[in-house]
Parts: sequence; C-alpha cells; structure tokens
Amino acid sequence: MKLPQLSVFLENRPGSLLEPLQVLAAADINLVSISLADTEQFGILRLVLKDWEFAKSVLEKDGWVVNVTDVVAVDVDDQPGGLVKMLAVLAEAGINIEYMYAFALRRNVKAVLLFRFEDPDAAIEVLEQAGIGVIQEEELY
Amino acid sequence: MHHELWNDAAGGFHPVSAPDFLPEAQLREVQLRRLKAVVGRAYEKVPLFRQRLEKRGLTPESMQSLADIAKLPFTVKTDLRDTYPFGLFASPMADVVRLHASSGTTGKPIVVAYTREDVEVWAEVMTRTFAACGLHRGDIVQNAFGYGLFTGGLGAHYGAETLGATVIPISGGNTDRQIMVLRDFGVTAICATPSYFMHLAEKAMEMGVDLKAMPLRVGVFGAEPWSDAMRARIEADTGIKAFDIYGLSEIIGPGVASECSQHEGLHVFEDHFYPEIIDPETGEVLPDGSEGELVLTTLSKKAMPMIRYRTRDITAILPERCGCGRTIRRIRRIGRRSDDMFIIRGVNVYPSQVEAALLNVEGTLPHYQILLTREQGLDQMTVEVEVTPEVFSDKVRALEEVRARLAHAIEHILGIRVGLRLVGPHSIQRSEGKAKRVIDKRNG
Amino acid sequence: MHTVQPPPIDNAVRDRDETLPRAELEALQLTRLREVVERVAHVPFYREAFALRGITARTIKSLDDLRRLPFTTKDDLRRHHPLGFITVPREQLARIHGSSGTTGKPTFVAYTAKDLQTWSDLCARFLVAGGLQPRHTVHVAFGYGLFTGGFGLHYGIEKVGAAVVPAASGNTRRQIEIIQDLGAEVLVCTPSYALTIAETAREMGIDPRRLPLKFGHFGAEPWTEEMRQQIEADLDILAFNNYGLSEVIGPGVSGECAHRDGMHIQEDHFLVECLDPDTLESVGDGEEGELVFTALTKEAMPLLRYRTRDIARLTREPCACGRTTVRMSRVTGRTDDMLIIRGVNVFPSQIEEALLRVEGTTPHYMIEVERPGTLDQLTVKVEVLPELLSDRMDRMQRLKDRIGKEILTVAGIRANVELAAPRTLERFTGKAKRVVDKRGQN
Repeated sequence: MKLPQLSVFLENRPGSLLEPLQVLAAADINLVSISLADTEQFGILRLVLKDWEFAKSVLEKDGWVVNVTDVVAVDVDDQPGGLVKMLAVLAEAGINIEYMYAFALRRNVKAVLLFRFEDPDAAIEVLEQAGIGVIQEEELY
Repeated sequence: MHHELWNDAAGGFHPVSAPDFLPEAQLREVQLRRLKAVVGRAYEKVPLFRQRLEKRGLTPESMQSLADIAKLPFTVKTDLRDTYPFGLFASPMADVVRLHASSGTTGKPIVVAYTREDVEVWAEVMTRTFAACGLHRGDIVQNAFGYGLFTGGLGAHYGAETLGATVIPISGGNTDRQIMVLRDFGVTAICATPSYFMHLAEKAMEMGVDLKAMPLRVGVFGAEPWSDAMRARIEADTGIKAFDIYGLSEIIGPGVASECSQHEGLHVFEDHFYPEIIDPETGEVLPDGSEGELVLTTLSKKAMPMIRYRTRDITAILPERCGCGRTIRRIRRIGRRSDDMFIIRGVNVYPSQVEAALLNVEGTLPHYQILLTREQGLDQMTVEVEVTPEVFSDKVRALEEVRARLAHAIEHILGIRVGLRLVGPHSIQRSEGKAKRVIDKRNG
Repeated sequence: MHTVQPPPIDNAVRDRDETLPRAELEALQLTRLREVVERVAHVPFYREAFALRGITARTIKSLDDLRRLPFTTKDDLRRHHPLGFITVPREQLARIHGSSGTTGKPTFVAYTAKDLQTWSDLCARFLVAGGLQPRHTVHVAFGYGLFTGGFGLHYGIEKVGAAVVPAASGNTRRQIEIIQDLGAEVLVCTPSYALTIAETAREMGIDPRRLPLKFGHFGAEPWTEEMRQQIEADLDILAFNNYGLSEVIGPGVSGECAHRDGMHIQEDHFLVECLDPDTLESVGDGEEGELVFTALTKEAMPLLRYRTRDIARLTREPCACGRTTVRMSRVTGRTDDMLIIRGVNVFPSQIEEALLRVEGTTPHYMIEVERPGTLDQLTVKVEVLPELLSDRMDRMQRLKDRIGKEILTVAGIRANVELAAPRTLERFTGKAKRVVDKRGQN
C-alpha cells in the first residue's frame, strides 16, 4: 500500500523547521512520521500524516511549497540481518531506492521503514511476493 | 614645460604620449578632421547609421565644426544587439583581425571588431595609459586581467608589450601562484580589477608576503568602479601607487581614459575618442563641468565606428587644465550609472540577463534577488531564487539538479561563476512597485 | 559515412627557409649552432658544463658536435628558478610564460621581442601549411595565460592576417553559439575539446557538421589517428596536428602540411635528436625514441638538447609538399609519469603536494583519469582521518572543496575529489602505482 508523503521546502537557517510544525500544531494535525533531509543550503522536510490533504492545504495557505509523493511502509524484522534480507529482494528485482528512513513507531518485534521508490507499485509487488510485509494505511494512523 | 616631463622618467612621458600634450587648437583640428572621416565612413558602410542620418536630413558634409556632432543620432547598446553580429561593421571580414565579445543586456552577447589599424590604435592608447601611470620599458608587468573575449586582458597585454615592458600574462585566478610570481620575478606593476588586487593583497598578508618590501610600484586598476577610500586602503596596505583606468569594449576596450600622476580625474585620449556629457533624460549636451552621462565617438575606428555611443556612465568633464601638463581633457572617476548594470569581477552584468536565464529554465519568472558581497576582497554574486511548486521535489538530488541547472544557465549567459541559493517562497522582500533586484553589500 | 573532402593539396609555403636544400639548411644550422653556443656560454649552468668538456663555439666543427653538448632537463630549469637560463639583460625580456613543473612551482620561460616575432612566424608557417588564409575567422579555444598554447596560435593567426576570436577556455555552449554566429571557419584547441564541442552541439540540438568550421589545428595533448577520424567525421572538417612545448618555444616546433603525414619540424630554428631514453644514443629513423631539441635562434632563453620526455619517431623521407625538413610522428608516449589532462600537463607529484597542504588527509591516494564522453576527467581519491568522515554532509563537502581548490592551485586543473575511509585504498609494497589511466579503453 502506498502512503502519501508531504515534502516541504525549508531554508537551512535557525527556526526554519519550527515554523511549518507550528502551523500544523495550530491546526491540530498530528504527525505519524517525520524526517529531514538536509544539505548545506536547504532542507526537505518529509511528513507522513493521516489527514494529509488537510495538512497540505494548511501549509500551502501559510505560503509553504508542498509536494505529495507516494512512499511505501515496510515491516522489517527487528533483528540482525532483517533489513539485509529485504534489500536483497529489491536488489535482485533491480528496484532502485531513492531514499529511506525509519518510522517513528515500533510494532511488536518489527521495525517500520519508509521507502521512496522510483516505481512504488513494482516494489510492492516484489516485496509481497517475497513475503515481506507492506503496511496498510489504516494500520498506521 | 616639456623639459620637466622629459626629466621625470617615471612621470609618464613616452614618445607615443605626444598626442596627450598637443596644443588645444591643434587637438581640435585633429578631432574635426577625424570626425569628418569617421562620419563619412559610417555613413558609407553602416546602413543603420546612414538611415538615421538620412531621416534627419544630414550627410557627412553636415560636420563643419566639432559642435555639429550634437546633430548626430545616438548609438545605444541595444543597437548592437539588434544588428548582431555584423550589422555595425564598417569593414569586410577580410580586413578584420580580431573579434571580441561582451555581455549584452539579455542572453545574446555583443560583438566588436578590429582591423589591424584598430589593434594598433588600441595598443597605442594602452601604451599612453601605462606611460601616464608612470610605467616604462623594463618594467615587469603582471597582467591579471582575464584574457579571452573580455577586452581587458589582451588590451593591457598589447599596451605593455608596445611600451617595451616585460609582460607576464598570468590572467585571472590562482591567487597563490600570482603571489609567487609577483615575488619571484620582482614584478614592478600589476594590472587587475581593484577588488581582485585587494583580495591578492589580503592573501599575501596571510601567507606572510610583505608587498611593501617588494619592488611592486604601480597598480593599474579598472573594469569596475572603485572609490577613493579603496584607493587609500590599497596604497596604505601595499605601498603602491594605484591608478584608475577606464574603457569599454564597444568603444575599444581599456584605453579610453586614464589617470596620470595627479590622480585628479582620468584623461580621455580624445584624439581617438571624442567625449560629450549629456543629460540622460533629454539627451541635451551639457557644458564641461556639469554632471551627466558620458557619450563617446570613436574618431579613428575602422572596423566598427561608434558614433555618439551612450555609455550610461555618469561623470563630468573637468574643464581645468591638469597639473601634469596634458592638454587632453579629463573626466571625473565613474561612480554610478544611469541604468541597472553592475560590475562583478570586471564583468558587466544586467539583471535582465539573469532574468533571461531563470525564465529559460523555469518557463515562468520566479521571484529572485541578486546579492553582491565581497569576501576576502573578492566579489561574489549570489542569486536567490524562490522555490516554486513546479520545481520542488521531495528528492534532494532532484532539487540539487534544479539548483545546478539554474546556476549553469546564469553562468552560461554571464560567463562567470555565481552562487545560487534556493530560498523559501515569499522570503524575498517585495517592495512597492518595482522589486529591488540587486542588493549590493560590497562597500560597507 | 563521412564526407570530408580530400585535403587541399596546394602546398602553400610561407617561408623559403622551409624548403632549403638539405646542404644549405645544414650549413645554416651549423652557423646558428655556433652562435647559440656562444650566446649561452655565460649562463652558469652551461658555463660549467662547457668548461668540463672543453666546449667553445669554435670547437663546434660540424652538426655531429651537437653530441658533445650537455642535456638540459625540466629539473635543471626548476633548480635555476626563476630565470637562471637567461642570456640577455633582464630589461630585454618582453614576455614570460610558464608551464607546470613537477611540483607546485611552474617552470618559467622568457622571450625577447625578437623571440616573439620568431614564435609568431613559426606558428604562421604551420597555419599556412594547413590552409589558413587572411580571409578566415579563427576560433581560438585554448586557454590564454601563462600557458603558451593560446598566445602562440593567437600571434600566428594575427601574423597571417586572419581574424582571431580569442574565446579561451570554458563555457562550451557559449563557444558554440559564437562559432555559429561569427562564422568561424577554423578551430584551434585541443583535440579532445574539438570532440566536446561536437558532443555539446548535439546536446544543444545543433548538428555539429553544419557549423561553419572547415578545418582545425589541434595540439597540446597526444591524440591518435582514430581520434582524428572521429573529429573529422563529427565536425565535418579537416584536422591538422601541431606540436610544441614551452621550454623549446611553445606551439610552432612542428606542424602538419596539407599531406598530413607527420609534422614538419622547423629545422632552421630547432635541431632535433631522437634518442634511446636509457642509453641516450640516437635511434634510427623510423624507430621510437625520446625527442631532444636544441633551440638555434632564440635570444632570451635558448636551451641546448632539451629532453622533452616525449616519445616519437622521425623520418627524413622527402615530403610531397616540397618542404625539406625532417618530420616527426605523433607523440606516442612519455618517459616520465606526466599526464596530459584536457591539455594541461599534470604530474602525480603535484597532486601529492596539494593533498599534503590539506590537514586531515593521509598519504594514501589514487589518481584516476577517464574519458566518459569526450572530455578527460580527473578523479582523486584520498583517505582521510576517521574523525573527518562526519555525518555532517556540509563538513565533508567543505573538505572536498578545500582539496579540490588546492589541486587547482598546484596543478591548475579541476578534479573530482572522493573521500575514502581509512584503509580502503590499495596499499603498495613495491613501487606505488597511484595512477589509473582509463582513457582509450573504450
């Protein structure tokens, strides 16, 4: 199952992370996951949240540039080699990972990782065939 | 009077400088004779000029006195663009031995051409420039102006060569090497943009090289405006004499005007370049002493004569005779312009060029701002561009690519390296009416 | 399919000295050799060597006596930095040029006004031999500056009376626009840059074969016949080869004529030898050896038996163009580890020196040269101290920038810098082999 992810452009300066999060908090929007990719010049704030359409409109109204892309949430065994097994499956199928980050919440003995693929549908198919759990939207929110 | 000059070996007399000292009546005679010839040449060979004259009912015979020049139409920078590349050439390519290019106001460069005689005149006026700055045969000249299509490098190069100096054609950049060469060869004179020399001086100090203890005696600085305060600092820090020179490629390149030992304005080599000052609004000619826009007519150019070219540089012609004895008139140092052009590391930049580049990449014009700073004496240009939803991506690499594409597009048009920063939407201040596109933090 | 016309065999010769009968040419060489031995006799380096071997101008009886003269090497120039080989008073110098040394210090060469005239004439000769006429417009995409390539050609073209467009290096797209707009028929640059122009033109949606270019003079780096064919096919031009080095004069030492079968060495100005680099004995015509030049006519800084480290072959077969001079083959290799990257001479020792200037680097590094498209690419991989491999991308970026800047300063070339973790690069037990040159492997 693909999850919509919001990304927000941030300048690399003090306080720039605070501002969009304040906007979301003021609108009573809860975050499911958050990650920040940064370079010397700018950052990209990536958010997964339940009410993403509302969050997007709130941010845009406040003047932020927001972009929606699909990511895939994957259950990974929380033990040595757990990630390796999954990555091997993807490599075998020639699927390219654009980036990934760990999810905030933990489920039982599993860790949840979020992946951005060039072709999310192909990735989901490959993972499911290999018996690796792809998490459904409702399980997260 | 000339006796004193001959004795003052470092004071700037070289046989080629003789025209600097022509009695005024004789100078005006030379100017009028050459004005008639150049107007005749342009009328005969350049259709645009001929049409403009015909529209006014003028012919070359209308030039009966120097004052008649005011009847002639102006030439402006966009004329070069509109007739690009060869439209203003008055010589066939077979007679052209050199082409240079500089930035236009948009994406297209402007092109200027020289015949063999033009290259000789150029070398002559640059020799007179160096002589006025106190250089002579035997001086070791490190030429740190950029070589290439930019006229600064080759202009100074030919002048120093004709003077009989030793030329080290080091071109711009690689400051460590510049300092090593300066020290190892006992360089006595350097040509550069003043900001680059400041940078070099700071770097030398960091490296423990004391420029004051070196034979370096003279700095010949141009290609960008600089202040008397900057001169005072350069001279105090490095122990050299700093001279301001002026020129523009549309006219010939460097060699249009130069300071002398008096440092009170720049002598225009007016036997080749006839200066007028006009009111930039009305186009009316102003008397000597008044401030206005400098207009130049090339009196001897063959390949590309420029008649009443509007430089957009604001100055005044100084009416008094100079203490150095030169009879050619002086202009005050250039402080500002009547358009929005600015100069960075000796390269002329128009905001409209930056706009053309941004538009090219993004399809629509994003909000942007140009920041000019000086770090360690070196000019830096940073373009801040607001991120738009069209170019934004969740991938760092994609965003880096957008950044690089924008930077390359600008560098492609300007020919210099620029910084490019993507900034948040609405982070660039909007002002009433016209946006302030250029923030110049270089002085202060 | 390529439609390059057969070479225009018009056998244009600019100067009758290019076609002197051998006997006359050799007599002229002998006179000039005696003169140059006389001129350099007071240069300390030669004075000592001459004293040791009992050499004076009068003991030079025939051209064979050349073999008694001492060799001169790049290291000799460096040891006598900056101007220890000058034979004229300093005030008579009109120009100083430099080329990369084996360390950060370039080696410098000097010219009098007459030397500059000679140099321009020599460049004009090979340009004319390759078809240049006053009506042409020439796009010069060599770097100007301390490097001799740009200036040699610039003055040569000016001498012929053609129009020079001093485009210098960089900003290829703009260069292509200028070639197109100004209608240049002749291109002057390194052969690899000619291919870059073709490739970039295609990227811009311009057919490079439809550019106004008709022929080109290429030099400053070794190239092959295959590369010539590719340049000619890509740009639909005729490509001529020329050769020179700043220690001898710059470009203008030799160049091809319309028959393009070896480069005519301008023997009235340079004596050439082709030697076995180990025994320093002459090799026979047609055999590979190191080229060694003696400058016969230079005033400011004539060098005797300068060892170029360039490997090539000589032939004395007469050429159909009528020139009587000996011809040299393309340069096929070097006797030292110098690399030529995008026309810039780079010594591995320079890279090492640059790395040593940056704190935090280790002496473990690798140099890789590739040619992914048409342009050489230099990659320097260096191990850094573990504490510098931070998770802060910006800090690592700064370190890379710093290393890149030092390499640019010392070696005059832009390099891709890759930081490597400690103990990840290859270790050498014997002679370190730090250079991997992958060019020409496609």
